[in-house]
Amino acid sequence: MLNIVNKSPAERSALDACLRIAAPGAILLIEDAVYAAVRGTTGAAKIAGALDRFKVYALLPDLEARAVADRVIDGVTTVDYGGFVDLVAEHNACQSWL
Amino acid sequence: MSEGTSKKFMFVNRTAPYGTAYALESLEVVLITAAFDQDVSLVFVDDGVWQLKKGQQTKGIETKNFSPTYRALEGYDVEKLYVERESLEARGLAEADLIVDVEVLDSAALGKLMAEQDVVLSF
Amino acid sequence: MKFGILVNEGPYQHQASDSAYLFCKAALAKGHAIQRVFFYHDGVNNSTRLTEPPQDDRNIVTRWSQLAADHGVDLVVCVAAALRRGIKDENLAPGFRISGLGQLVETGIQADRLVTFGD
Repeated sequence: MLNIVNKSPAERSALDACLRIAAPGAILLIEDAVYAAVRGTTGAAKIAGALDRFKVYALLPDLEARAVADRVIDGVTTVDYGGFVDLVAEHNACQSWL
Repeated sequence: MSEGTSKKFMFVNRTAPYGTAYALESLEVVLITAAFDQDVSLVFVDDGVWQLKKGQQTKGIETKNFSPTYRALEGYDVEKLYVERESLEARGLAEADLIVDVEVLDSAALGKLMAEQDVVLSF
Repeated sequence: MKFGILVNEGPYQHQASDSAYLFCKAALAKGHAIQRVFFYHDGVNNSTRLTEPPQDDRNIVTRWSQLAADHGVDLVVCVAAALRRGIKDENLAPGFRISGLGQLVETGIQADRLVTFGD
């Protein structure tokens, strides 16, 4: 299962819900959720703690738009939209945590 | 549509009723999906569990009370309703507070169930 | 692979419609098919031809119409959600059509993956 999260963990509980409930698999951070991959944030601490259960990706165009592409924590892989498409295709299903 | 195609559809409800229209409009999709003879399950997580709280009185906000619809789901053969235990407890709720019979599952059991789905819709 | 797309938010207010569009473009570029884009909730507001963004901004509605024209992508607007929000055939942009929620369920059944973009 590819879990897609699109909200900042500082604003919404979507990332918390995903990390608490989702079975081990992959997480893709898009839109405001990319802040969860940024070094020094409370969200990044949660992501770092989940890397043993999830392969975590963040959408590069969303990181770049927010001027944080150079602050992504180790263990998180950045992908472009083509990579986003590949991730959806590679997993048996996807779930957006809205 | 090819005849007899049945997929596992799961609807994940994480939003409270009335503040936004997601809960109401989600219910509309659930009913249509059931009409397509698909394997439908509903999950209530986080503030989504408030959708099932007994005793909703919406006269004062001049909005339709759609909570009785959850009780009608059985008539559409939608019988798989799951509530996350952690979400329920974090809101001071017990099963007796809910308008319908549900199966209460812990986070891990719910995650396992989600991983088995073909289509997961979250509203 | 056949992708189905669900857009739950309107244009300009949320990034959902932009993300969905860019996903579709990337998928088509890779040779995948977009089986259908279904617009639900406030997402139905992506379909009105009365939309007029400032000159220096992207035109989200026209972009979807262009995708339909170039690639034959089926753009479906939920009738119940549309009528609630004042979207009718007379103000529908090219390439969009209004239909029932059954079209969303059909996409879930027929597409290999259904990707949701929302709030």
